Amino acid sequence: MTHPSDKAELVRLSGVTKRFGGGVPALDAVSGAILGGEITGIVGPDGAGKTTLIRLMTGLMLPDSGTVDVLGFATAKSPAAIQTAIGYMPQRFGLYEDLSVQENLNLYADLRGLPKDERAATFDELLTFTDLKRFTDRLAGKLSGGMKQKLGLACALLKKPRLLLLDEPGVGVDPISRRELWKMVENLTREGIGVVWSTAYLDEAEACDAVLLLNQGKLLFSGKPAEMTARVEGRVFKVSGLSGRKRQILAKLLDKEGIIDGVIQGEAIRVVTGNDAMPQVLSAGYGAAASPAPPRFEDAFVDMLGGGPGGRSRLAEAQQILTAKDNRPVIEAKGLTKTFGDFTAADDITFDIRRGEIFGLLGPNGAGKSTTFKMLCGLLKPTSGEGRVAGFDLRRDTASARNQLGYMAQKFSLYGDLSIGQNLDFFAGVYGLSGQRKRERVALVSEIFDFGRHAGQSSKDLPLGLKQRLALACAVMHEPQALFLDEPTSGVDPITRREFWTHINALVEKGVTVLVTTHFMEEAEYCDRISLIYRGRSIALGSPDELKASVVTKDQPDPTMEDAFIALVERSEAGTKEAP
Amino acid sequence: MSASPTSARIRRFAALVRKESYQAVRDPSTTLIAFVLPLILLFLFGYGVSLDVTRTRVGLVMEETTPLTQALAASFQASRYFSVTTNQDRRVFEEDLVNGRIRGILIIPASFTTDYAAGRQPQIQVIVDGSEPNTANFVQNYAQGTVANWERQRQTLSAEEPSGITVEQRFWFNPELASRYFLVPGSIAIVMTLVGTLLTSLVVAREWERGTMEAMMATPVTATELLIGKIFPYFVLGLAAMTLCVLFAVFLFGVPFRGSILALYALSATFLIPALGQGLLISAATKNQFLASQLALISAFLPAFLLSGFLFEINSMPTVIQWITYVVPARYLIPSLQTVFLAGDIWPMFLHSMAVMLLIGAVFFVLAARSTRKRIG
Repeated sequence: MTHPSDKAELVRLSGVTKRFGGGVPALDAVSGAILGGEITGIVGPDGAGKTTLIRLMTGLMLPDSGTVDVLGFATAKSPAAIQTAIGYMPQRFGLYEDLSVQENLNLYADLRGLPKDERAATFDELLTFTDLKRFTDRLAGKLSGGMKQKLGLACALLKKPRLLLLDEPGVGVDPISRRELWKMVENLTREGIGVVWSTAYLDEAEACDAVLLLNQGKLLFSGKPAEMTARVEGRVFKVSGLSGRKRQILAKLLDKEGIIDGVIQGEAIRVVTGNDAMPQVLSAGYGAAASPAPPRFEDAFVDMLGGGPGGRSRLAEAQQILTAKDNRPVIEAKGLTKTFGDFTAADDITFDIRRGEIFGLLGPNGAGKSTTFKMLCGLLKPTSGEGRVAGFDLRRDTASARNQLGYMAQKFSLYGDLSIGQNLDFFAGVYGLSGQRKRERVALVSEIFDFGRHAGQSSKDLPLGLKQRLALACAVMHEPQALFLDEPTSGVDPITRREFWTHINALVEKGVTVLVTTHFMEEAEYCDRISLIYRGRSIALGSPDELKASVVTKDQPDPTMEDAFIALVERSEAGTKEAP
Repeated sequence: MSASPTSARIRRFAALVRKESYQAVRDPSTTLIAFVLPLILLFLFGYGVSLDVTRTRVGLVMEETTPLTQALAASFQASRYFSVTTNQDRRVFEEDLVNGRIRGILIIPASFTTDYAAGRQPQIQVIVDGSEPNTANFVQNYAQGTVANWERQRQTLSAEEPSGITVEQRFWFNPELASRYFLVPGSIAIVMTLVGTLLTSLVVAREWERGTMEAMMATPVTATELLIGKIFPYFVLGLAAMTLCVLFAVFLFGVPFRGSILALYALSATFLIPALGQGLLISAATKNQFLASQLALISAFLPAFLLSGFLFEINSMPTVIQWITYVVPARYLIPSLQTVFLAGDIWPMFLHSMAVMLLIGAVFFVLAARSTRKRIG
């Protein structure tokens, strides 16, 4: 264990400001330091300025004002000196997809000036380290996300850097590869290398030695994650044993004085209060017990941003109650299978979703979530199996089935050049609304979401939170029975995410049925039931609490959703190996 | 540093060239643009497009029938440039002309014989379709030529005193006036524009799109190494595509090759400098494959096609357009290449062309290097 003062300061940021065009600066007077021998997390939602900050450290970009000093050199004066001594892995790993693993390594070895006589040993070490030895002849484009990421890391490590910059290495990678990568990087810090790891996942932030928390270009916090969570110490509670509907209770709690934040966590509710003398308020009236819970980084972030939104959803209040005519599930998947050539993207996926249920498809990118999802909303024809929405067969009554569902695509695929009003009009028309009813619905959602001030602006210029609201508004305009949400909150800040789930929770209470895909483990806890999708197959199905309980061991008495996911994947792989 | 700076530099450069060559070989679109597209173009200009006019269909109106006018009509019918239909009434042909069934109407007026006998200059009227100016011009010129020819023969036959001067045309270098002979060398310039500008701008823009450019820049590579390493393989590829075209031109289309191979390669290599420079500049400025390809087509391919003297003579363009042609590198290459093929080595002309192309290339490179300094955004 080294003493903190032994750690060399590798990067010094002083009043760094960077603007792109007019408007809000991408980085606004950011100051801080990055030390050697540590993992420093640059943490924040999309658009917070993480990538810009990393690029400024590489010397590929210069600040408008302020200075960035890396390894004792000013980026403005000697970028070349910096670039010989750092390793940098940009967001898409910077690999040449049409070169093989070995060719990529050779290229970067030449570019970084790795001496010929050291090569064999270095390659051997890195290939062992990344477990890529078996794949040296494979084209980089043919590797899985996790393998690409490891190769990217190997290329950045060829000439042992003093500072390693990783831009969102955890994106698009399954949780197992993510943990492996983290372990590799931890090993590097023992040799004194400083590692910068940018991320939008707040659970990754907790594992860092130090954190720079950015939001909309401003530095909100700099220091150890424990110092951050300390601000909500003693104010976080888990309310369990609820009698009554958990989402209704959450909505009521959120509107109470002194409640800062609350989310569904399996069958319980996680609450952050304004002061530590609150537990009696929490348990009063719901037959529930509030017990203190260890604070998380996300709790502190929400607290720092002034707390989450209230529990009221005017969108849901305007929604009429949908009642079941029979007990038939609203969404049914029976043996859905999709093959592309000899690749099976989705293999025999089966589940039923009851009215008023939130069902999650959880899995890493490329696991087959979106394929399943697209088959269920009639965008993709299954190779075999059948899907039904509100009783309509998706193959025969595609149009009727589609009229019963609202679809919110990943990354809010709205028409960027249309204004909010034009988008609303367009989607209302697409969903078959017209005349008086169309005018009423458009006026209603505009009023609920407060679109008035931005009505004329092109939607591509809107802030991320507003884009998300607009996407939701477009999807629910025709009051569908089922809502399909594809990665609805990836990359957005926690406040926006809470506002979004407040609406979803309230809509569900009115009888809307929700199918959501996510690779975000925390979000899976908001669902009633989830299906874990891995390599095209559903490897487990159950409520979040059931899935977590199924992997409890002596070493892991209180597993997180991610722990459960990893354990279940390992169990399923062991199962496939044993099978003849 | 274990290695000396120079050897490290050479190694980096070699690594970039090797990488680029692997990619070029593995990417089917490179083969398509560098070898398939050029051959298609070459075949198009070699066989499909011809600017020669043979057997143009015209209508001949004879408003009077005398031995004199019949003799003239016979002379039109005998011409290898026309396929003639005869009638007494011009209205018959008017509709044909409108519909494009014929390309022109030649009218021998009722006063022809009287005028001729009176020693006045006999006149015939030519009506052409102005919407196809090229063809219209040919019809007009050939009609005049045929009349002149007929008149000359007639004078010789009647043994009257020979009229003053006769013009005898002789075409040097391309005696058959086969357009293929000058279109094929010209299309080689187009092909090199495709490889040099379009392909280069695409591959560099692709690196920006895929984020590999950013990863490259964060290594010790200098901007110059990056640029030169990027274009060197395409320089070689451009010359290879050119060689392929020349082989086809000479051995398949029978275009004569009267100059030296040295001149051919010197000219082509020089031309590739502005072409590649322009490609680099476009990709550095757009960083987007779609925009880059559009810009490359509009700013390089079309000018090389239209403003280089390849299809349209520069001398007959409006003055302002003529000024623009001075910055089109293909304008300097095409006449020189045509000379290499059809006439032989004329070094003073080549050196002048090469100097101008180098100058344009230098401007592109300075601009490209400025916008590709090791900075993003």
